Amino acid sequence: MIELLRQSGSSFAGDINNLILLVTVLAGFWLIVAEVVLFWLVWKFRKKPGVKAQYVTGERKEEMKWIHWPHNIILVCDVFIIFFAIKVWHHVKQELPPAQSTIRIIGQQWAWRFIMPGADNVLGTKDDIETVDELHVKVDTTYHYKLESVDVLHDFSVPQFRLKQDAIPGRIMTGWFKPTKVGHFDIQCAEICGIGHGIMMGKLFVDSAEEYDKWIASHTPAEATSH
Amino acid sequence: MATTHAEHHDHHDHHEMSFWEKYIFPLDHKVIGMQYLFTGILMGVLGAFFSYVFRMQNAFPGIEVPLFGLVTSAQYNSLITNHGTIMIFWFAMPILVAAFGNYLIPLMIGADDMVFPKINRLSYQIFLLSVVVLIGSFFVHNGGFGGAWTAYPPLSAKAEYNLTPWGSILWLVAVVLEFVAFLLGGINFITTLMNSRAKGMKMMDIPIVCWMIVLASILFMASAGPLIAGAAMLLFDQTIGTGFFDPARGGDPILWQHLFWFFGHPEVYVVFLPAMGIVAEVITTFSRKKLFAYKVVLFTTFATGILSFFVWAHHQFIAGIDPRLANIFTVTTLLISIPIAEMLFVYIATLWGGSIELTSAMLFALGFLATFLVGGVTGIFLGASGADIYFHDTYFVLAHFHYTFVPIAVIAVFAGLYYWFPKMFGRFMDETLGKIHFWGTMVGFNGIFMPLFFTGAAGDHRRIFDFSNFPELAVSSLQHLRMVATISVIITILFQFVFFWNFIYSMFRGRKCTENNPWKANTLEWVAACPPPHGNFLVMPEVYRGPYEYSVPGRELDYWPQNEKV
Repeated sequence: MIELLRQSGSSFAGDINNLILLVTVLAGFWLIVAEVVLFWLVWKFRKKPGVKAQYVTGERKEEMKWIHWPHNIILVCDVFIIFFAIKVWHHVKQELPPAQSTIRIIGQQWAWRFIMPGADNVLGTKDDIETVDELHVKVDTTYHYKLESVDVLHDFSVPQFRLKQDAIPGRIMTGWFKPTKVGHFDIQCAEICGIGHGIMMGKLFVDSAEEYDKWIASHTPAEATSH
Repeated sequence: MATTHAEHHDHHDHHEMSFWEKYIFPLDHKVIGMQYLFTGILMGVLGAFFSYVFRMQNAFPGIEVPLFGLVTSAQYNSLITNHGTIMIFWFAMPILVAAFGNYLIPLMIGADDMVFPKINRLSYQIFLLSVVVLIGSFFVHNGGFGGAWTAYPPLSAKAEYNLTPWGSILWLVAVVLEFVAFLLGGINFITTLMNSRAKGMKMMDIPIVCWMIVLASILFMASAGPLIAGAAMLLFDQTIGTGFFDPARGGDPILWQHLFWFFGHPEVYVVFLPAMGIVAEVITTFSRKKLFAYKVVLFTTFATGILSFFVWAHHQFIAGIDPRLANIFTVTTLLISIPIAEMLFVYIATLWGGSIELTSAMLFALGFLATFLVGGVTGIFLGASGADIYFHDTYFVLAHFHYTFVPIAVIAVFAGLYYWFPKMFGRFMDETLGKIHFWGTMVGFNGIFMPLFFTGAAGDHRRIFDFSNFPELAVSSLQHLRMVATISVIITILFQFVFFWNFIYSMFRGRKCTENNPWKANTLEWVAACPPPHGNFLVMPEVYRGPYEYSVPGRELDYWPQNEKV
């Protein structure tokens, strides 16, 4: 359903979509029931000449059940939602599947810096590729990201991936994603970070393996190749 | 009767009060309530104007906004920040808690005034000072603070980041002053309710709205402490170079978020509860029904209040807290849906078997229920941690909380104003204009925020000056939704002129209210004259029964005022 508004392109995006669908169905059901009952009562018990209102205290057992039964069923719905919410959360944010590659993401007022490991796939070596506002990743590869900030809070958000994580100065936030769809997508900053917050966008390129290798080759720093 | 009247009059009015004493430095709870009401309404107008300006920029980027001009990104941030701050601290709270609390509590519990009238006056004066400081902050070097109403450091802590060296300090000082005002007011409400009730009024005879305002004050007092401490630390970070929230010097920016939201989430209920109270009074009166399960309403309110202290970190799921912590807060957040749902069910059940008269006040009260349901239900998406990863900081969140705050601070307030207007000013508001105002407001309000659920779900993130920088968001389908929302803002604002005309005209020229109890209601404020004099009651009322004894079998009249012996 949410796919209609924003397509998804990561391994866990489907789980989040399904959770949103579950909540939509359960919460939507209760919303419709409550609204229909509300409007129906307003219509049914509109003021009519000569008809007096009833005296209902709502304190007798057979009256209370009209409140308690819905509330019990809502509790059951809540338990369902809690279960699936935690399941998805655990998968996306608590688990850390082994990395096939690791990148560094650095937020600053008002740009994203990315450090990719280069041809040797190891960070911190000479062939690391540093870019601004442009991130290249290989499709179907599990990435770990090390998210940092040099000044204020930022938030690395890729709606297509259903991924969002605040960047905090003084900390390195580790997380993961696995792109599943080739293409280029928006990277947003989703935490207000000053007057340039609205221009702090990056481009994410999910490349096929060949495209990715080509890009790496053409962007490897000169001093790394001359070695 | 005439002699008691004269004696009473002597007792309360030792001398004719000057305009200065009566309206500028009043001790009368009703006048202080009015001061809060009018100040709150004026601030609400300012906040609404801000929303018009930034919505125009949002829907038509780069436009020269009529009545404002070009909007820079610094101004945009300042406008959204101060819109949020004003609407919560200088509009919702002063009207729902302070104006209605001051006006209603003594009248509804049968007291002649607050327990501490001078503290009450001081409360408003400090509040007014906070307004002056806040408005002053827009005119200092580099303008008002623009780091969002949540003021997360390090952005809020350092001028080199936020670029508003004075705006951010004054903003924070204004918020702290406002808190002082509400702590003083809260002490008054709680003490008055506990100590000054009319003879015979037991705990379970207190009208729900008084309970709600007092419980809101207790919630506020219990939650404000950490934020005031946090605000002091932030002020020191800003001004004297401490490093409480500065990671470079061992501080932690996340600490502020905990302090802020530990206050910030109960704050939602601080404004929600009085709104529920107002709606309880209005729906019982205009459906001629006893409130369904009074005690359930009260106990669910206690449950909500207690639970509200254990949900704050759902604002911080992806903020970098330990991810295991999110699971606990998902559970508490979803659990709080139970008492809230139960409360709403009780209100809906109250309508059963009623004789519902759709006055303007009743329409707004029912409108509150219908729209608040949407706000409540959409909160589930955000409380479910897994789904919040996607929705966090999008317009979906914004639409969700406006579907709670607008029903609370606007729709329920209108219900209250239409309902108590005859008591406040001794005249009626025009019902036809009231209904036009109701439908215009409802259509406009839904027109603003329904589209924003969809733009949010499509990925619109908040506090963005110009979406055309984001190719995926700069598409025409989303831009059209943004335009619908903006045009709806203008429609909603235009319909408020109907209200202002009705309000001001009726205050001086409206149909006179010739009886004390025009709506045939039960609570004690309707025993007093319209409008009540200083000291409220000619004869202090005694209470014999609960506040909602409508349509009692065997009685000819369908109401039974609390103070009538038989």
